[in-house]
Amino acid sequence: MSILVNKDSKIIVQGITGSEGSFHAEQCLAYGNNIVGGVTPGKGGQKALDSKVPVFNTCFEARQEVGANVSLIFVPPAFAADAILEAADAGIELVVCITEGIPVSDMAKVYTYLESTNTRLIGPNCPGLLTPDEAKVGIMPGFIAKKGSVGVISKSGTLTYEAVHQLCQVGLGQTTCVGIGGDPVIGTKMAELLELFENDPETEAIVMIGEIGGSMEIEAAQYAKEKVTKPVIGFIAGQTAPPGRRMGHAGAIVSGADESAAAKKAIMADCGIIVVDSPADIGMTVKKALATVTV
Amino acid sequence: MKIHEYQAKEILKENGVPIQDGFIVENEADIDSTIDRVAKEFNCSQFVVKAQIHAGGRGLGGGVKFCPDKASAIETSKEILGMTLKTHQTGPEGQLVRKIYITEALDIEKEYYVAITLDRTQSKHVIMASAEGGVDIEDVAAKTPEKIIKVWVDPNLGFQANQARQLAFRLGFEGDSFKQAVKVLKALYKAYEVTDASIAEINPLVLTEQGNVIALDAKFNFDSNALYRQKDIASLRDTHEEDATEVEADAFNLNYIKLDGNVGCMVNGAGLAMATMDIIKLKGGEPANFLDVGGGANVETVKNGFRIILSDKSVKAVLINIFGGIVRCDRVANGIIQAVSELDLSVPVVVRLAGTNAEEAKSLLENSGVSIIPAESLEEAATKVVGVAT
Repeated sequence: MSILVNKDSKIIVQGITGSEGSFHAEQCLAYGNNIVGGVTPGKGGQKALDSKVPVFNTCFEARQEVGANVSLIFVPPAFAADAILEAADAGIELVVCITEGIPVSDMAKVYTYLESTNTRLIGPNCPGLLTPDEAKVGIMPGFIAKKGSVGVISKSGTLTYEAVHQLCQVGLGQTTCVGIGGDPVIGTKMAELLELFENDPETEAIVMIGEIGGSMEIEAAQYAKEKVTKPVIGFIAGQTAPPGRRMGHAGAIVSGADESAAAKKAIMADCGIIVVDSPADIGMTVKKALATVTV
Repeated sequence: MKIHEYQAKEILKENGVPIQDGFIVENEADIDSTIDRVAKEFNCSQFVVKAQIHAGGRGLGGGVKFCPDKASAIETSKEILGMTLKTHQTGPEGQLVRKIYITEALDIEKEYYVAITLDRTQSKHVIMASAEGGVDIEDVAAKTPEKIIKVWVDPNLGFQANQARQLAFRLGFEGDSFKQAVKVLKALYKAYEVTDASIAEINPLVLTEQGNVIALDAKFNFDSNALYRQKDIASLRDTHEEDATEVEADAFNLNYIKLDGNVGCMVNGAGLAMATMDIIKLKGGEPANFLDVGGGANVETVKNGFRIILSDKSVKAVLINIFGGIVRCDRVANGIIQAVSELDLSVPVVVRLAGTNAEEAKSLLENSGVSIIPAESLEEAATKVVGVAT
């Protein structure tokens, strides 16, 4: 089992004819994904990825013609909010937006609108989803992961790869790896993914990688305390970050005392999360936690 | 992106918020005539001289002064223009005052606080207001949170009239001042919305003895993701107020933030860059910077990265930590080898490459002949770099 995506997901790529979109769509296809089409307004009727997949003018058409239920977005920032809304209006259940640099006010509008639909958004500004051996919906390098029992939730891209790499080195595979993005407004928050992993029978432990800024990790920790029975291993990046400075991600800025790494780690530990101090110890800590559970 | 007070007030004025108005002076020679202009234009004989720097705490640092007449305004202007102003936000080195804002003085009855920002928990905009204005609002929030009134705004509906009325009533405005306050709140929200601001703050908003509601000081920050459609706002950037090395890094498309330590680091990805800083600290070192080289990590980015990092003379060693996903590590290794040999570096460099083609990269580094200290894991890399830095 896995969460959100699997081998049966019918995926379309919005922005499939752009350079980013076509490169990564090709990689996803090579991973064995079920890419059923692409959307580029004005290029409907053409074929993309060496004539392997049809291009549609609209998400609505893609939904009707090929039954798409997942959309992966590589549309430039100025048009990305509109692309998410288009996918939602076409009734696509899961939208994964990779695009970096979408204005925050656009995302606030999109987020609020999506609350009235059945569409779930992952991202934006994220590496997407990877269910090893089944579906790669995003830009995560497929070869670093392997099938297994650990669920991974992360705000970061390469730090996720680091964590997944460490898991594989200690012999642990993953059910699904989810990069949720580091922007101030994102579609799916950590607590929601904890719920999905808790309900996934194959997931035995959950890795949650957060950052300074915002309070999402704290909300997730409080959720975990009440509802999650599986071990949760947490790391917060930015322990050495000075307050008031934005560390790369638009959302990674300490603007209040509760947003610092130390504050988040303390609350997470209070809520029963196994907090890792060193980013080099993530894999090992999960292994130990699972060993304890088994015994 | 941050701007100066006078620029923030200009935005407020354009959107219909009455402001304590004035003119900017950049040269000492213009002080006298500008004071006359302020007196004539705003019909006043008393003035306030305000240093224009981005950092907060200007008043306590001696950068904002009331002047009861023209003679004292001239004297104070000469004193503040060109001074190095130290506040709790500038750090001990202070910030040079290149511009002063000479404004009319007002007779203040009461001070309020009002600000708009995004509430990340709800993904909605939140308007925060308090009748305890003019003071450090963080103190009010920490000690007496009940004195801060909050109203959340649905981004698709916008700020509603009933919300503005609710805020104005709860702040205690009455009669004509109430009508003015409602207008000011609506205008502030409009200014926040049309400029893609991340923070729009008026502190203090004042009620004058004459019953007028006026913005005395203002602070705006903007969403840098939206600057592509906010050309007027983007043009307000003042790079004098930013760290020179950070401005240079920005020109190379590198995301760099200077810190106080001696271990430089160059990493791909913001999260991994922060985690690398963290592990340097855990191993007993102090990170000298945050540097995210993004997805590129080619010869040019690595070279520029080295130049930026090593312009900080306290750097004693550099750690390069790249996790190759789409990027191939062997290519990154070649970039590093070329950059290191061309730049003739004076400090040891520890390199850790993981991910795509990491094995090939490792042998390339080992056989290159350039003096690089290779490391396999994050743990090993951090231990080694801290070891050579001390």
